[in-house]
Amino acid sequence: MKTDDLIDTLVADLAPAPPKAIGGRMAVMALAGGAAALGLLLVWLGVRPDLTLAVAGAMFWMKAGYACVLALAGLWAVERLARPAGSARGGIMLGLSAIGVLLALGAMQMMTTPEEQRMAVWLGASWRQCPIRIVLLSIPTLVLTLLALRRLAPTRLALAGAAAGLFAGGVATMIYGLHCPETTRAFVATWYSLGVALSAGLGAAVGPFVLRWR
Amino acid sequence: MTADLEPRLHDLMRRAQAGEAAAWRSLLNELSQRLAIYFARRLGAEHAADLEDLVQETLIAIHTRRVTYDVAQPFTAWAYAIARYKLIDFWRRRRLRVHVPLEHVEDSLWEAPDLSGESRMDLNRILAGLPERQRKLIVDVKIEGHSLAEAGARAGMSEGAAKVALHRAMTALVARMRVRED
Repeated sequence: MKTDDLIDTLVADLAPAPPKAIGGRMAVMALAGGAAALGLLLVWLGVRPDLTLAVAGAMFWMKAGYACVLALAGLWAVERLARPAGSARGGIMLGLSAIGVLLALGAMQMMTTPEEQRMAVWLGASWRQCPIRIVLLSIPTLVLTLLALRRLAPTRLALAGAAAGLFAGGVATMIYGLHCPETTRAFVATWYSLGVALSAGLGAAVGPFVLRWR
Repeated sequence: MTADLEPRLHDLMRRAQAGEAAAWRSLLNELSQRLAIYFARRLGAEHAADLEDLVQETLIAIHTRRVTYDVAQPFTAWAYAIARYKLIDFWRRRRLRVHVPLEHVEDSLWEAPDLSGESRMDLNRILAGLPERQRKLIVDVKIEGHSLAEAGARAGMSEGAAKVALHRAMTALVARMRVRED
């Protein structure tokens, strides 16, 4: 019977295949995608002029830390969703918790800010540019991550795409922090989060098309 | 679900990932039988001709994507997720929408009677219980892979009549398998 012949072929093709370190492979994608985003940032926007001063301040590291946690949440979710029946619950909970903490910090800052300054604190000087720049900077990592996922076996394609977008958005936001001069928690909580959410949405939108098994 | 199914299949998979061909063969054999029953129930008689293709595609996916199996996770859930993905993909390619609920359906892949070893004899026994005409049609088309037209010509009927007769035969076959499982 034909299926028996197929099984013969598959058995003959069997080579030891230790479970792949998917997380490690994705981290390599992040390094490559982050490097591409950094190159893009240097050519297109440049780093903030006061970078050497900024790295001494807490806000610079708070932004970097927030972006890093979002990237790790995305990495965790991607690592699970690359496998059939994998659960992304851990990564999603981590990402939502980080966003929740930032939104709470931002809301507290807004409440303690005099009313006439609130809009300035919230919108900063670059709220229009910030989310879209994060999305653009996330594209290299998103493409690399989706390509790596195609060789694995995601079964929930939109969710896996969203996780890849969250991961790429987190990486992009770390890079964007080298340019972004904004210093308020309310700004980061809103516009950084929006940029990463858009990146995750982009991943979710393309996932069902690019991740379908050939 | 058989109580020892998960540990048994998990062990076979672990050994196969280490490169043990015999373990991979018995795992693929068992999966192919379970997949055939699982898909047959869901495809229905009108898509029965696609059954073997779907089983084979799923086996190939399980083979080529086996590195995504994490030994810390249940093997049955992993294999089921691939079978379900392949089934949904099959319907999608035919532009049909069906809802495959996550719960309950999974069980039916693993609830199938243990077919290892005696499956062929079992199939022959079930087939033997069918009327000669139906049995011959199923053997010709589903097992030996002849076209409907060829099988019809052998049985002295048109292709359309063979199609209808095969449909009835498959329905009767499935009904008999259900009775045996209950």
